[in-house]
Amino acid sequence: MQVHKYDVVIVGAGGAGMRAAIESGQRAHTAVLTKLYPTRSHTGAAQGGMCAALANVEEDNWEWHTFDTVKGGDYLVDQDAAEVMAKEAIDAVLDLEKMGLPFNRTPDGKIDQRRFGGHTRDHGKAAVRRACYAADRTGHMILQTLYQNCVKHNVEFYNEYYVLDMLMVEEDAYREDGTAYKQKRVAGVVSYDLATGELHIFQAKSVVFATGGAGKVFKTTSNAHTLTGDGMGIAFRKGIPLEDMEFVQFHPTGLAGLGILLSEAARGEGAILRNSEGERFMERYAPTIKDLAPRDIVARSMANEVREGRGCGPNKDYVLLDLTHLEPAHIDAKLPDITEFARTYLGVEPYTEPVPVFPTAHYVMGGVPTNIEAEVLQDNDTVIPGLFAAGEVACVSVHGSNRLGTNSLLDINVFGKRAGLSAAKYAATADFVELPEDPEKFTSSQIDSMLNSTGTERVSVLRKELQDIMDANVQVFRDKDSLDRALVVIEELRERYKNVSVQDKGKRFNLDLLEAIELGFLLDMAEVMTAAAMHRKESRGGHYREDYPNRDDENFMKHSMSYRDATATTEGISGIRMETKPVIFTRYQPMERKY
Amino acid sequence: MSTELPEPASKIELKPGVGGGGEIPTFDITLRVRRYTPESTADAYWEDFKLTMYGTDRVLDALHKIKWEHDGSLSFRRSCAHGVCGSDAMRINGRNRLACKSLLKDLDTSKPITVEAIKGLPLEKDLIVDMEPFFQSYREVMPFLINEGHEPSGERYQSAEDHAKFEDTTKCILCAACTSSCPVFWTDGQYFGPAAIVNAHRFIFDSRDDAGDMRLEILNDKEGVWRCRTTFNCSEACPRGIQVTKAIAEVKQAILSRTI
Repeated sequence: MQVHKYDVVIVGAGGAGMRAAIESGQRAHTAVLTKLYPTRSHTGAAQGGMCAALANVEEDNWEWHTFDTVKGGDYLVDQDAAEVMAKEAIDAVLDLEKMGLPFNRTPDGKIDQRRFGGHTRDHGKAAVRRACYAADRTGHMILQTLYQNCVKHNVEFYNEYYVLDMLMVEEDAYREDGTAYKQKRVAGVVSYDLATGELHIFQAKSVVFATGGAGKVFKTTSNAHTLTGDGMGIAFRKGIPLEDMEFVQFHPTGLAGLGILLSEAARGEGAILRNSEGERFMERYAPTIKDLAPRDIVARSMANEVREGRGCGPNKDYVLLDLTHLEPAHIDAKLPDITEFARTYLGVEPYTEPVPVFPTAHYVMGGVPTNIEAEVLQDNDTVIPGLFAAGEVACVSVHGSNRLGTNSLLDINVFGKRAGLSAAKYAATADFVELPEDPEKFTSSQIDSMLNSTGTERVSVLRKELQDIMDANVQVFRDKDSLDRALVVIEELRERYKNVSVQDKGKRFNLDLLEAIELGFLLDMAEVMTAAAMHRKESRGGHYREDYPNRDDENFMKHSMSYRDATATTEGISGIRMETKPVIFTRYQPMERKY
Repeated sequence: MSTELPEPASKIELKPGVGGGGEIPTFDITLRVRRYTPESTADAYWEDFKLTMYGTDRVLDALHKIKWEHDGSLSFRRSCAHGVCGSDAMRINGRNRLACKSLLKDLDTSKPITVEAIKGLPLEKDLIVDMEPFFQSYREVMPFLINEGHEPSGERYQSAEDHAKFEDTTKCILCAACTSSCPVFWTDGQYFGPAAIVNAHRFIFDSRDDAGDMRLEILNDKEGVWRCRTTFNCSEACPRGIQVTKAIAEVKQAILSRTI
């Protein structure tokens, strides 16, 4: 086992991790550990754009963007964070342009902008052109541009190093009022080198988690196979709370049956949704902005059309995305990749035929709680010195209960940069925290027991059962019965997981072993999402409870905070403690959310 | 530039059977996989798997079916599973393809479908190769914007025409399908390979970049663009539809016009 020492270790090389690395790498001795080659990260799958109130094509300002973000998140957004994001969005886009990102341009050479769901002029009056874009591969261009700049700045990458544990110590400490508490401090991480099967300890003054989401909890998802909630899972096991995990975004337009993302940019460019009667049904659900309503509303409307018998296809289980009224040349210029997906995977020609679509699990709004400096919190307000998080793994919270389209590419750039700066600044004056004894012990025993297990359960079987039960019960519509059904199965799967074995017993590129470890994270994430969904007895944003169909500000205008706690029981689930945290308000008081 | 469109109709008559549908057919295939498991067997070998697959399945689905239901030790890289991350380039029936973009129904399923690792890079295990030499060539062409002028406070302007000069090569996902399909690269590991040249092209023809001459100098090397024999394997292999050979030709042309 090797021990490496760095000032800053960044875990994950998607947009947030690499944006952090560009800042940190120029200021401190920095390493990036990533389970994939950096350019394989799922930031590259983002399509439509990145919003910033540049006002290049029409009047706009960051305050309108802040409002849209807060309203889009159904007022569960921390408004101080949303202000930071909307304000810094403008520089974030300009930074990327200066780094070389090839944005689409207006006729006079400026960065072009287009419409996107929930982004409006003057507090909801009409859709606004705010999304800066590079065709329908904006995420690809961001990922490539950030990687190019990491190469430029000689950022040190450890590719295919899976971080499986975080090293933490707890110290006795006292609050201002004299009460005692345990202060967590981060000492480093434990990682597994895929090529050799060796464990490496990385001791670091600052650790940045930028590990992305957990979409693979669901069967139908736009997420990559590798998005298994590793970072959230590691933090959760270390006693760090997870905030707002009941809020998962289901993107309206996944290719039916496959879940592959078709960008909201399609609707931004004029495509519309139709049901089996050929009706543009969004006119009924969101009369003002129709197909460009936020994603939670559109996804629910689609699911409702299907539920009421107006779905299309032999099983009447999807609706149609209609681009046939758009000019083929316009489609080719603005939406080349997604129309190619429809042709390749469904054999549908979008010029002439509408495309079958249905909501697909897309984004986890919740995550590891941070403040606006990207510092991770161990409770509602205590910072863990040296630990930072940014991107989908984190919950700052700029997305509240429903993220607006394009705001994730923005989030990773704004808070990725902040995380990199904060981590380097902290490392400049901090000392290393002493490594615990046998730092690799937890991970090596986990691996050994998995490799030596003679259990009869297969990872792929358990994972499929988990994904099926989550799709059936914890998707866009939920109620107590469905959540109960999911929990029973999740608990049973957690038991069966103890009896899992892997077939590959080798040390080289043992992806069989890693899928087994990833399944452990998925089970934890499914449990905590379902527990938090059970706890929130109201409907808000992406979380819709049919037994509590209204928003309940009196009881639930607050973030949920789930803790792993062996001694606790919440909603009948043992091992999870549920607490809440106030929402930060600055400018906007909650209003009814209509579009 | 976005254009204003008239509002589409609230209701239209759908053609019968529109939007695909119908029963998805199943069919049987044999996937013949080139295995290499150096921890147990010194030499690579072929192994056949008989599988029942669906009409919408891709080669990646067949590989997953083997790994998840038959042999968990079969090793291959994959992530996004829809052709944007570049993890799963492999030789499918002798041609470089992304496994996640190759539909089984488009292949001849009456014969075994062969799957093997891409060529020209050190083989590690089954379908996994060492990508480091590939990324080394990429890094050598300085694949990042270099601008000597003072930093503008706002954005740099670029006309749509200037943007169009290099847009094709910005689509590269670094999957190595092109480079590992190139016969020159197979025989000469020093050759930069098409992907590195594509990524140099992306900056050489970017009006905002000032280091085109330096990159042209690098590619004028004996292991540079002149090794290209225009066999078009690279263009044929590119899963993003980049006109790789054309990009290489434009770089050659730029070197020539520069030295005249």
